[in-house]
Amino acid sequence: MPIPLLDIQRLTVEVDRHSILDRLDLAVQAGEIHALLGANGSGKTTLAYVLMGCEGYVPSAGRVRLDGTDLLPLKMHERARLGLTLAWQEPARFEGVTVREYLSLGKPGCDPEPALKRVGLDPDRYLTRRMDKALSGGERHRIELASVLSMKPKLAILDEPAAGIDMLSIGHIIDIIRALKEAGGSVLLITHQEDVALIADRASQLCAGRIVFSGSPREAVDHFRGQTCVRCDGEVCGYVRP
Amino acid sequence: MSDLEHLMRVLPMVGAEPAILDDTGIAHVVAQGHHILSRRTVPGLRVELEETPGALIGQIVVEAGVTIVQPIHLCFGLTHPTGVQQIAIDVHVQEGAQARVLSHCLFPVAQAAQHRMQAMMTLGSGASLTYTEGHYHGLHGGMQVLPHATIKIGKGARYFSDFSLLSGSVGNLDIDYLVEVEEEGLAELSAKIFAHKTDRITLKESVILRGERSRSLIKTRVVLEGDASAEITGITEAHAKGARGHVDCMEIVQGRAHASAIPIVKVFHPEAKVTHEAAIGSVDKKELETLMARGLNPEQAVELIVSGILR
Repeated sequence: MPIPLLDIQRLTVEVDRHSILDRLDLAVQAGEIHALLGANGSGKTTLAYVLMGCEGYVPSAGRVRLDGTDLLPLKMHERARLGLTLAWQEPARFEGVTVREYLSLGKPGCDPEPALKRVGLDPDRYLTRRMDKALSGGERHRIELASVLSMKPKLAILDEPAAGIDMLSIGHIIDIIRALKEAGGSVLLITHQEDVALIADRASQLCAGRIVFSGSPREAVDHFRGQTCVRCDGEVCGYVRP
Repeated sequence: MSDLEHLMRVLPMVGAEPAILDDTGIAHVVAQGHHILSRRTVPGLRVELEETPGALIGQIVVEAGVTIVQPIHLCFGLTHPTGVQQIAIDVHVQEGAQARVLSHCLFPVAQAAQHRMQAMMTLGSGASLTYTEGHYHGLHGGMQVLPHATIKIGKGARYFSDFSLLSGSVGNLDIDYLVEVEEEGLAELSAKIFAHKTDRITLKESVILRGERSRSLIKTRVVLEGDASAEITGITEAHAKGARGHVDCMEIVQGRAHASAIPIVKVFHPEAKVTHEAAIGSVDKKELETLMARGLNPEQAVELIVSGILR
């Protein structure tokens, strides 16, 4: 087995003495799309925030390596410059900042048009628009993904990238996730949508802060759908055999 | 260097170019203290200003039905560290007329100076006035600026104002605008200010929606750092059927700065509606983290957020 691009070992996060991530182990290989499934409250978004280094998400134990570099001592922008990024489930709004500026962050002179086209948005209509309330939730989601694509990260964490996207546009989201892989990157794909999860190379199920299943996406989806959780017996995550 | 050259040299600080003085198609007035240094008018526009020892007094009239194609430039300022400039001016945009005014207030070397503006503006039925006011108060923070205005907007008229003070020190700024809007009239007031050090800002904008289906928006964006402080009051009263008003105030506070926002909304008719939103605090955490997740360091991220808010 090659050395994983992302190597998480015994990662533990507690909030008010309540365990959110409990000695979590997870590996994502280079060039892999790895789907992460789990019930609401199972710790998926917390894991994303801890990996990115968001304020207030500090693990009490464990180790995380990205391409061999210890991630946890680094600040958020240092992690980003190492090749890690995060697309939020609910993307931020930026008053006054144009889509062109947003897609060119840290890359002056770059051409943002290809990334915008890749998410199915017309550059002529969108590049001069502002990232404010005038954009719908779905538009912001797609621009967020275009921003991640134009960054060419080693590992992109996508937190519910298809949430709020109309069914006709899901194909663009799937296309851009694949584009991240084609560009040589890896994706940690947090999703509740089966058709999105099934494009992954591998998938894991998270329950009560710990990985309880890893396998093919089909296996993981079936496991998630049909079985009582092996870890909590449905007490925490609510998943019981139908 | 003449006073005129001095003022023209700093004109780019508020986004304008000295070449406007040479363009015969552009009306302008340039005044240092209470002395008019340059002026030009265009057909349909009357500029009647009188120099007095204590003030610059007069009126500007856009005649009925006339559209002034190019913006009218009003450039007021002081070229000395101390002094007082007082302006009492009436602006009348008559029925059906349209004009844009770019007001440049320049005090590049002020250390203990004062600028007072007392304005009365009237917009006749169906008239339109866009009043954009850019200030530059130099770097010393010794400027006291008191622009006070009453604006009466006639039936179906449209008034847009945009005040900005984004570079240099603010000093002590005390804005007080009262706007009255008649039937189907529209008032949009926008202010953007970046304050530093010990700058003090008092901004009071009052809109009274008197007429049916009259509308208004008060939008304020203030960023404070150092020991600066601001008190922002946005008042909207709706008195008639179908009147709609909104107050939107955002203040970003950094360092030891402090701010208050006081939105006051009053409705006197069951079919009128006024809404408000006010946000005061540090830079939004999610915006900051999103930019840092794209590789910007915290300082770069704050700079981008602040510059966006002040656009």
